[in-house]
Amino acid sequence: MSDSYQSFEYDVLVIGAGGAGLRAAIEASAAGCKTGLVCKSLLGKAHTVMAEGGIAAALATVDSRDSWQQHFVDSMIGGNLGNHWRMAQIHAQQAPDRVRELEKWGAVFDRTTDGKGNINVRHFGGHTYKRLAHVGDRTGLELIRTLQDKGVHSGIDVHMECTIYALLKDGDRIAGAYGYFRETGRPVLFKAKSVVVSTGGIGKLFFINSNSWECAGDGFALSYLAGAELCDMEYIQFHPTGMVWPPSVRGILITEGVRGEGGVLKNTKGERFMFKYIPPKYQGKYAETEAEADIWFKKVVIDGVKEDTVTERKPPELMSRDVVARALWNEIKEGRGTEHGGVFLDIATRRSAEDIKKKLPSMYHQFKQLADVDITKVPMETGPTCHYMMGGVKVDPETQMSNVPGLFAAGECAAGMHGSNRLGGNSLSDLVVFGKLAGEHAAIYAKKLKDFPKVDDAQLKGLNKEMNQPFENQNGEVSYKILANLQHIMEKGAGMFREEPTMEQCLKDLEGLKERVKKVTAEGNRMFNPGWHVALDLRNMLAVGEAIVRAAKERKESRGGHTRTDFTGYSKEFAKKRVVVRKKGAGMEVIREDLPQIPKELEEELVNAHMLKPEILKQLRGEA
Amino acid sequence: MGKVHLRVYRGNSEGGQLRDYEVEAEEGMVVLDVIHKIQATQSSDLACRWNCKAGKCGSCSAEINGKPRLMCMTRMNEFKEGEVITVMPMKTFPLMKDLATDVSWNYEVNKKIPPFTPVEGAVWQWEQEDADRVQEFRKCIECFLCQDTCHVLRDHDKMTKFAGPRFFVRTASLEMHPLDALDRTELLKQEHGIGLCNITKCCTEVCPESIHITDNAIIPLKERVVDKYYDPLRILWNKILGK
Repeated sequence: MSDSYQSFEYDVLVIGAGGAGLRAAIEASAAGCKTGLVCKSLLGKAHTVMAEGGIAAALATVDSRDSWQQHFVDSMIGGNLGNHWRMAQIHAQQAPDRVRELEKWGAVFDRTTDGKGNINVRHFGGHTYKRLAHVGDRTGLELIRTLQDKGVHSGIDVHMECTIYALLKDGDRIAGAYGYFRETGRPVLFKAKSVVVSTGGIGKLFFINSNSWECAGDGFALSYLAGAELCDMEYIQFHPTGMVWPPSVRGILITEGVRGEGGVLKNTKGERFMFKYIPPKYQGKYAETEAEADIWFKKVVIDGVKEDTVTERKPPELMSRDVVARALWNEIKEGRGTEHGGVFLDIATRRSAEDIKKKLPSMYHQFKQLADVDITKVPMETGPTCHYMMGGVKVDPETQMSNVPGLFAAGECAAGMHGSNRLGGNSLSDLVVFGKLAGEHAAIYAKKLKDFPKVDDAQLKGLNKEMNQPFENQNGEVSYKILANLQHIMEKGAGMFREEPTMEQCLKDLEGLKERVKKVTAEGNRMFNPGWHVALDLRNMLAVGEAIVRAAKERKESRGGHTRTDFTGYSKEFAKKRVVVRKKGAGMEVIREDLPQIPKELEEELVNAHMLKPEILKQLRGEA
Repeated sequence: MGKVHLRVYRGNSEGGQLRDYEVEAEEGMVVLDVIHKIQATQSSDLACRWNCKAGKCGSCSAEINGKPRLMCMTRMNEFKEGEVITVMPMKTFPLMKDLATDVSWNYEVNKKIPPFTPVEGAVWQWEQEDADRVQEFRKCIECFLCQDTCHVLRDHDKMTKFAGPRFFVRTASLEMHPLDALDRTELLKQEHGIGLCNITKCCTEVCPESIHITDNAIIPLKERVVDKYYDPLRILWNKILGK
C-alpha cells in the first residue's frame, strides 16, 4: 500500500455525525468556519436514531410547575451528585431553547391535546414532572433527520463512511486527524485548526449491549492517545430493559417509554417487585403500594389528569435506570427470572391494543418481527443491557474544550453532565445543548489561529504502516474472535457488579488481548473490509476497556452506574472526587480529583427541591 | 435450527459471482445474523452495512430471494427447511463491494429539496391531527428500498430526471407541514419528474415502515402539480388576469 493520501483542510473538523456532531457542525458553519463532518456510517444512520423515548427539557407545556431548576435537581439526584454541577445547570437552562429550535428547523413533535397544541411531554424515570418532548417512540430519528436536513443546507462538507485512526498534534495543540475511507481503504488527512469529537459510546465493549458496531469508543481512545484526560469512566449505564430472547436480539433496547405509558415489571411469581427496591433517595416520591400506583396510572396516564392535582405518587417502575437495573438483576439472581434470564415487562394488560400500537409503534413492530411476540397480548421478557457511558473526555463546561488546546468533545464521549447515572431523555438534550456549545467554541478557537497547525509527514507514514499491519501479519487470529473475547472479559470484569479480584483479573486478560491484537490478521485487501476495520477498532476498544477497569478499581464505593460488591455504600471521601485517567509514557495514570464545589445558590435549589428530603443529600455525600 | 444455506453475492464494480455458505444457525436468527456469522467464521472481508439491527436505521438493505428487504428484519424461520437463501446487493445502485452499494446519489437529490422554511410570524401551536399526517412521512428510515424497487430508477435508470419515492415522501413532509411557507411543485414537476411515476405502488409494498408512499405522498403531490399546471379553469383565470 502506498503512502499517498487524500487531503482536506477545515477550520473546524467534527468527528462523528450523530446528534452532537451534527449540531456542532451546524453551529461552526453558521459562525463562518469552513467545516468538515466525518461519519463512520452513511449520514443519518448514527446511533442517535435508536433513541426512543424523548428529549428532556423543562418546557412546562403540560405541568406548569416545571422549571430549569427542577430539571437541574433531578439530573443531579439522578446522577447521585457525581455530576459537574455547571454542566447540569447549563443543560437544564438551555435544553428548552434547543428543543424549540429543532421545531423551527422542521422537527414535528407530538402535540398536547389541551386545545393549545404545544409540544407534548411525557413521563420518564427520575424526572419529577412530565418533561420529555417526543415523537412516538422514534424521537432520535426525528432529531437526527432534522439536524441532517438542516446540516446539508448549511454548507458543511460531509465525508461519509470514513474512520479516523488518530488525532494529530502540532506541539501541544490539535492539528487535525488521519484515517481511511471505508469503501476504498484509502488514507485521508484532515488538517484542522480545531477538532470536535462526538463519536458516541462504548457499548460494543460488552457482550450484551444495545449499541451498534459504531460504538467502539473511538472518541475516548483518540482523545486519550492525543493526551486528553478522561474522567468518570467507571460510570456505565446498564439499561434495565433490553430484549433477552431470542439470542440474536439479546440486548436490543426496549424503550423506557413502555414504563412511561404504564408498563409494569413482574417476576415469574407474578409479583410487581419494584416496590421492594425504592432506595432512600426516592422514598416518599414514589408509590408504596400497587393500589396507589394504579390510581396514579389511571388518573395521569389514562385520563390525562394534571399531575399537580393528583395526590397519589407515581409507580416505582419510573425510578432512575441504575435503580431499576439493579432490581431486575437481583430478581433474576434470586431465581425469580424467566428461563431466558429476564423478567416480565407487561403493557398488554395495562393499555388497549390500539393505544399500544399508537404510543409504542416501533416496540410493537420490533417484538412482532424479531421475537414473534405480540406485546398487545403477552408480556415482554427483559433484562439489563449495556447502554450508555456517563464518563468521557474531561471538558470545560463553558466551552467543551479538553485539556488539549483545540480539541473539543460533545455528547456521549464527553464527561460530567450525567454524573454517575444518566436520566432517560437527558441524552438527546445533552447532544444538542453541548453540541452547539462545542461547535461555537471550536469556531471561536479556530478563528483565533492565523495559520493551520503543522502536520508531520513522517508521523503519517508511521500511522499508515500501523493501519496496514493486519495485512502484513501472517497466521494471526481474525479480529472478530478477539472482539468476542474482549466483550466477555469486560462483561465479567467490569459489568453491572464489580469487585477487586475480578477487576484485577480483567486487567490481566486485557494485557493478554493486547499481545494478540499486535498479531491480528486481516484477509483480502483494504477495500470495504469489515474484518480489517474491526482489527483497527480493537486498539481503541482495549484502551477504553483498560480506562474503565482502572477507574472502577480506583473508586472504592458504589454510586449509580458503578456498583461494587466489596464497597457497597456511598463513601464520604469518594463523594467529593472524580477519577481521572490519562496517558503517561507507555502506561495509564489514574488520579483522584476534587469534584467542583456546587455554589451556594444551587445548593439551595437542591436543599429546597420539591419533595427532596434533606437527609438524602447527606446520604449521597456519604455523611449519613 | 441446524445448518442453513446462503448464497451471497461477492464482487465489486468489475464483476463478481454468488458464493455458497453453510452456517450453523441458532433460534431467532435474522439474515443479518447469518451474514455476521459468515464474517466472523468464514469470510471476514465480506462487505455489508448495518448499524442498529432493529429496523430503525435503514442500513442493511439488500435483495433477499429477489425481494428488497432489510436483512435485520428478515427472520430465518420464514424460509423452508433446506431452502437456499440468495442475498444480493440492491440492483438500482452501483456496486461498491459485495452487499454494499453506492447510494450517494440519494444524498445529492436530497440537497436539491429546499428545506423547511416557516411562515413569517409562525405560531408554534398546532393540532396532533395535522402532525399525524406529516409524522407518517417522517417515519422514513432512508433504507432506499423504495428507490431500489421503483422501475423508473431500477429498469429505466432515470436518475437524472426522477427523484424517486423516498424524495416524494420527503417533499410531502415539507409541503404538508402546516407552518411551511414554500411551494415545491415546480421542482416536483420539472427536475424531480413526479409525472414519470405511474403509481404501481411497488414502493409502498417494500417500505419497512409501512408508509403509504403512493396513496398519501405521491398521489396528493401529483394532484398539486395538476392543480397548478393543468387545471383548465385556472389556466383560463390566469389568462384573464394576464398572468
